[in-house]
Amino acid sequence: MNKTKPLLQFIGDLPKNLFSGFVVSLIALPLGLGLAIASEAPPMAGIIAAVAGGMVVSILGGSHLTITGPGNGLVIVILSAIVGMGEGDLYQGYLHTLGAIMISGLLLFIFGVFRLGALSEFFPSTALQGMLAAIGVGILAKQFHVMLGFTTVKGNTIDQLILIPSSLKNLLANPSTEMILASGIGVISLIFLFLYARIRNSVFQLIPAPMWVVIVSIGVMYYYDIVMKNPEVLGANLMITLPENLLASLPSPNFSKLLSSDFIGYTLSITLVAGIESLLSIKAVDKLDPLKRRSNINKDLRALGIATGISGFFGGLNVVTVIARSSVNVNNGGKNRSANFFHAAFLVLFILLFAKQIQKIPLPALAAILVYTGYKLSAPNNLIRIYKIGKEQALIFVTTLVATLLTSLTTGILLGILSTLLMHIILNKSVVLFSRNWLKPNVLMYLEEEAGNYYVSVKNFCSFLNFFKLKSKLDEIPPSEHAIIDFSLCEFVDHTVMEGLNDYSRSFSRQGGFFEIIGLDIHEAKTEHPFAIRKSLPESSLFNFQVSLTKRQKLLQKLSSILNWNYLPDPVSNYVDLERFLYFKTRLINYRYNSLESQNKEFLLFDLSYSEGAFIAKEDLRSTFLQIKTSKNMPIFVLDKENFMTALFQLSGLKDINFKQHRNFSRRFYLSGENEKSIRSFFTEDLIVFFESHPAFYLESKGDSILIRGKERLASIQEVKQILSFAEELLKILENK
Amino acid sequence: MSSVSFKKILVGFAFSPNLKANVYEALRMADYFEGELVFVHVGRKTVEKESLFKEIVASSPAQSKKISIYWKEGNPVTTLLQTSEELHVDLILLGALKRENVVKFYLGSIARKITRKAKCSVLLLINPSVERSPCQHIVVNGFDSPQTEITIGTAFMVAKALGSKKISLVEEISRSKVAVAVDDDRSLRQATLRKEELRKQEQTRVKDVVQKLAVGLTKDVNWTTQSIFGRRGYSIGHYAKVVRADLLIMNARENLSFIDRLITRDIEHILAELPTDVLIVNSKGYE
Repeated sequence: MNKTKPLLQFIGDLPKNLFSGFVVSLIALPLGLGLAIASEAPPMAGIIAAVAGGMVVSILGGSHLTITGPGNGLVIVILSAIVGMGEGDLYQGYLHTLGAIMISGLLLFIFGVFRLGALSEFFPSTALQGMLAAIGVGILAKQFHVMLGFTTVKGNTIDQLILIPSSLKNLLANPSTEMILASGIGVISLIFLFLYARIRNSVFQLIPAPMWVVIVSIGVMYYYDIVMKNPEVLGANLMITLPENLLASLPSPNFSKLLSSDFIGYTLSITLVAGIESLLSIKAVDKLDPLKRRSNINKDLRALGIATGISGFFGGLNVVTVIARSSVNVNNGGKNRSANFFHAAFLVLFILLFAKQIQKIPLPALAAILVYTGYKLSAPNNLIRIYKIGKEQALIFVTTLVATLLTSLTTGILLGILSTLLMHIILNKSVVLFSRNWLKPNVLMYLEEEAGNYYVSVKNFCSFLNFFKLKSKLDEIPPSEHAIIDFSLCEFVDHTVMEGLNDYSRSFSRQGGFFEIIGLDIHEAKTEHPFAIRKSLPESSLFNFQVSLTKRQKLLQKLSSILNWNYLPDPVSNYVDLERFLYFKTRLINYRYNSLESQNKEFLLFDLSYSEGAFIAKEDLRSTFLQIKTSKNMPIFVLDKENFMTALFQLSGLKDINFKQHRNFSRRFYLSGENEKSIRSFFTEDLIVFFESHPAFYLESKGDSILIRGKERLASIQEVKQILSFAEELLKILENK
Repeated sequence: MSSVSFKKILVGFAFSPNLKANVYEALRMADYFEGELVFVHVGRKTVEKESLFKEIVASSPAQSKKISIYWKEGNPVTTLLQTSEELHVDLILLGALKRENVVKFYLGSIARKITRKAKCSVLLLINPSVERSPCQHIVVNGFDSPQTEITIGTAFMVAKALGSKKISLVEEISRSKVAVAVDDDRSLRQATLRKEELRKQEQTRVKDVVQKLAVGLTKDVNWTTQSIFGRRGYSIGHYAKVVRADLLIMNARENLSFIDRLITRDIEHILAELPTDVLIVNSKGYE
């Protein structure tokens, strides 16, 4: 291999990473400040963590597109550490917590050295969800008051939840100008954050929602300052204060409580949450990577440990891998680790240049961002989603959630694990199945010598207790190969495993391999959800989901009977070759439904549920697509409407193929692809004229099939007909070639 | 000598519901191997027991020319082992006990203890049957050990005697031999290449062993090799279950040092959950 090629590639990608690093820093700044304030730490602590993370992990880490910085999950633990160890003096508590943070960095580093990243597999996924939801509720409960302009509400999460109505009442009872302004900024910001994802405008979306909130609220403050001549319209307790001299005011971590049980307990909780949040995020970001790279989680853990140590030393929070910021990075064209570095560099720049403006950010605006974050973590539809997977999952989720809220995070997750185990024992009516087989090997994997595919057989049971064994085998199969997972000797498969296997299936299909699961037909599941628990003992199902068709579905059904096509309204999660379209390189497909298929299987029209980004930067989308299989061999290309974003992409290196003699076509369409020569010869006169004279759809070819999308939403029946007739005419032209 | 011969077969029997099946299987085995049978019962000898037993032997369609019956009292494990040594038997045949209320077959602790201590080969039948169920597919271990050559030879001999048409030679390769931990794409590529290399090495070794055997033994049997990276002693048992093998043939444990004994549990996994009938070949004295 040519060694200079990766280097050239790296340098060539720098502009893209610089750009996406910049966009990420726009969201990292408000989040960094907000998360630190929410933890009762100085605002700078969050920025220090982001800078230390960006600088260290981008150099020493083992992942490619992750962004590191202060994490949402840690807010609650760090808050309780600061309050708990401070014994009334928050600043002292902060110094003690810095000590705990440094030790947790050391622990994370040690985890990485001993390759214990796999330990995260021992947490049942539903219990983890419950814990995250509890963290979300915690953030929401505290910040809701701040959002309304009350910074003095104290107490634990439950108390604060109960006090929300009284805060609302206080606000409405005797509103002063200050309070109206503060709560107005907070509430409007929150509404804006909820609506942001609905606004599909590429220019507008370039700046992440939290940054809009910050910019506009700074604008409001300047309006009061300059126009109204009222610079102190909001009290100092509702504004951010940064130290005058950033370097002189560095705190020094306090280790004097090193051996006290408090300190050890907080350190362990911090380490636990930091580790879990990072590992979950790294896994999630790998799924979004358009280049399908696999992160080295242990190397990343080591880097995060070092970064946390450095961050703590300089007064910063824990450094963890964060999903929302990472997904923003992916969506804005980040290609390698330098984006993380640039995000840190821009943050330094912001702090140095705009320290004065940053102090104009009103706390209610930041609180609104945090309330939104908390809501996203604890989103009630999470519970509904989990309930659909299985009632037992919902029970585990609620148990963990309540236990975490009532006790502490570590106790909560521990109870979550226990309740999961208990549930499995009850479902199987057997303790022996688990106790006797837990420590035994249960996975066989070999390369079938005749067929050349990998065969994996799993015995006894497969749940969160021993998923790591299966995982370690699956990790050794190159995802471009054909793998067959056989569960026919396995009596019980739990939700954590089913979900994990789905991730594998995804990464295999992304890389052109096959991942087949067999032997589950004899297992019974209680719900139709693909991730439901499966066990081989039959049991009558209590719930049957029967949904009547909507009006649109009935119309689709009618259309299909006119065309003599097959219509299937149910969601299907089999979309293997869809993921090979470039369109889905950075988008995650959930499922497709309302599928209409022509008799000869050439045309497939369907609604697709997919998502862009993750967590607070996540946008769930549903659009109608048409996939056509053709016998013709076409070049691989993407044809899209020319707009601001495509113009930006061109700046950062992607090329638009233009035709000199068809200026109109080239102005209207953005055409790109690897093999320019074959694309040029493919776009003949009649094809270009055809495109010029028809409405513009998003169109993509992957060689043997074409994907067409109308607007970025579900198409109406009229639009469906339009797409179909467009496709038919297009096919005619292609046939004649 | 490339294989073990089973000329003298000791059969331990108890008056369980499986007695008839066990006796029939033993007589069939003796017939296939043209050997002599020694039935041993540990327990009190009574007239009813004796007549019942003789009746069962007489009713079997397969008969053996030389049958002797011993009635002994004492600890079943030590008695059976002592008798096997005194009589210089080549093979101990033990039937599994069918535990009531449990659908699974399990081998009593007696059989397990005997297997561990026996100085000759041991055949464990998990599902003895009165009717003959043909043995079609044999799985045999092929890992790198001085005993393996004789074990493989024995497997072909057994296949010929029982009329089996297919033998799979399984080489279990310890994961630690790959010496590359899979962390990311690069290490995955390295590990895959290294595994391919090891696989080829092992296959050549095993194929050489088979090619050294007499043509008469190997020509009628369809034999294949399969490498598995995994825990030694465990993977082959799981494999035998997956491919629905009728007989699994393994090396007896080697005379290991104290430390090895603590760590390696080669046949223990197989004894713990017998995937199919198991023949443990003890090749001592044949080397």
